[in-house]
Amino acid sequence: MHRERGLILHFEVKAAYEGDCFSDSMDLRMSDLTKLTLTAALEGLESKAFSSRELTQAFVDQIETSNGVLNAYVVTTPDKALAMADASDARRANGEALALDGAPLGIKDLYCTKGVRTTACSEILGEFTPTYESTVTQNLWDAGAVMLGKLNMDEFAMGSSNETSRFGPPANPWRRDGSNQKLTAGGSSGGSAAAVAADLCLAATASDTGGSIRQPAAFTGTVGIKPTYGRASRYGMVAFASSLDQAGPITKTVADAALMTELMCSHDEKDSTSLPVETPRWRDDVHKGVKGMKIGIPKEYRVDGMPQEIEDLWQQGITWLKEMGAEIVDVTLPHTKYALPAYYIVAPAEASSNLARYDGMRYGARVQGGDLTGTYEGTRASGFGEEVQRRLMIGTYVLSSGYYDAYYLRAQKVRTKILQDFQTVFQDVDALLTPTCPSAAFAYGENAGDPVQMYLNDIFTVTANLAGLPGISVPAAIDSNGLPLGLQVIGKALDESACFQVAGALEEAAGFVAKPEKWW
Amino acid sequence: MSISKDDVRKVARLSRIAVPEERLEQLAGELTGIMGWIEQLNEVDVEGVEPMTSVVEASLPMREDVVTDGGIQDHVLANAPRAEEGFFVVPKAVE
Repeated sequence: MHRERGLILHFEVKAAYEGDCFSDSMDLRMSDLTKLTLTAALEGLESKAFSSRELTQAFVDQIETSNGVLNAYVVTTPDKALAMADASDARRANGEALALDGAPLGIKDLYCTKGVRTTACSEILGEFTPTYESTVTQNLWDAGAVMLGKLNMDEFAMGSSNETSRFGPPANPWRRDGSNQKLTAGGSSGGSAAAVAADLCLAATASDTGGSIRQPAAFTGTVGIKPTYGRASRYGMVAFASSLDQAGPITKTVADAALMTELMCSHDEKDSTSLPVETPRWRDDVHKGVKGMKIGIPKEYRVDGMPQEIEDLWQQGITWLKEMGAEIVDVTLPHTKYALPAYYIVAPAEASSNLARYDGMRYGARVQGGDLTGTYEGTRASGFGEEVQRRLMIGTYVLSSGYYDAYYLRAQKVRTKILQDFQTVFQDVDALLTPTCPSAAFAYGENAGDPVQMYLNDIFTVTANLAGLPGISVPAAIDSNGLPLGLQVIGKALDESACFQVAGALEEAAGFVAKPEKWW
Repeated sequence: MSISKDDVRKVARLSRIAVPEERLEQLAGELTGIMGWIEQLNEVDVEGVEPMTSVVEASLPMREDVVTDGGIQDHVLANAPRAEEGFFVVPKAVE
């Protein structure tokens, strides 16, 4: 690499991190390309500082050396990635570069990718290889992005620690100071979060049914947003709970998240709940600041047993926003405590219906039984893991004869009450600030004994799913153990702009530049 | 509310999941715990409240009732555990 090129890159990396990670190096080593943000990498590609092939090769090499330890990818597609990179370089040479041209991404294993095995990390899908592409991933390829592979997740996205994956959990690149104990990268999008935090992709797709984007982002020092329900098409996403599932990205910065979300969202006739609305240019909102905005602080998000450090970070977030000219308003969302129990009716009920399709007849792994019912029961007993089986049985129970009104219908009514809480406070405020999670990343097994204890992880995130609202997690501090903590911003329906605006301001104020020390 | 071993056996059957006899007890305990925790929803007054369907006012869109795809038999069968001559091969369902 010649001198000028090194200088350009050096400048971009500094701009991206506001740090001095490459302070004295004039040349950027190839492996350092993986440390770029998506935005900086696209600038580097645009200025011809490096090619997509060089950038993609750097990621392929990193994945090759790191994935055995981190287990973030469950399928890698290096040949496909390099072919897509070459095609991108050709487009760029012809002056036809697209919005994400040449940017290597990781894809959660929940998105159907044509010709690439997709199993939602469940045994029951066997070697399922889609013959079609999900709308969200198609949008990304149409924007010129490069696919590095499929990312680990909890089986069918059911979990908060990624421990239910058929491929075993990924490791969080972050560890407690002085400890080599493996921590969870969160769930269900644990692979997406681990890959972004460990520089194994520029950005990743993820999905969020009860917090599955925002909690892993908080546990790994990354940014994750769940847009308004209906913004992104669910076509080709393996279904979990259809009235809650929503696509979104995990990225290194808020600006990257805005760009990814813009490209992932679209109106799609193939999903009847996809909203016929325009996708704004959210990139323009990130640096607008919060002057004059009214930010609500819901008192119900102060829960028993929450670590003091998380309470302190929340206060710090309030102070930052005040200092930047926002007005802070105490608000109340009285039905918050009912969100999780309502979720644990709605989500399993919808899952029990959605997952009825896995019968071993048309695709996936079949276990032959004595008769047809025996084949169904054997296939599903061996194909579904313990947590999925538990949730399917809860779902079947609450939907079974005579119980529909008492459980599912009541839970849907409670959802209305939760939404009304939000609608009332949003008459007065532009967005809400809360912690993302009640704890930092925990060790594997720490919450495994009691399902309810594990479910409590989603206590601050699940409300946005039930109400269909956008929510973003932004890394804001390192705790006394050396682990990242996140703050969450919840916006009005279709007002992702406010989320990006507030998250951008928090990112700037926090100046969060920490990266995990490389041990893998 | 307490969920018995018999309840679990029945729900497992309805879910088409073979659950070995020795796991019923543990599952009954877990499900009792989860359902007990869910019971708190009974505290909420939902009298006259409509069940939530969507955050954004939206009605399901209509489309013309026409065939929009087809002729992809090989795609449909591509992932079948067993297929022969353009058909899925499934266990005998009728005696």
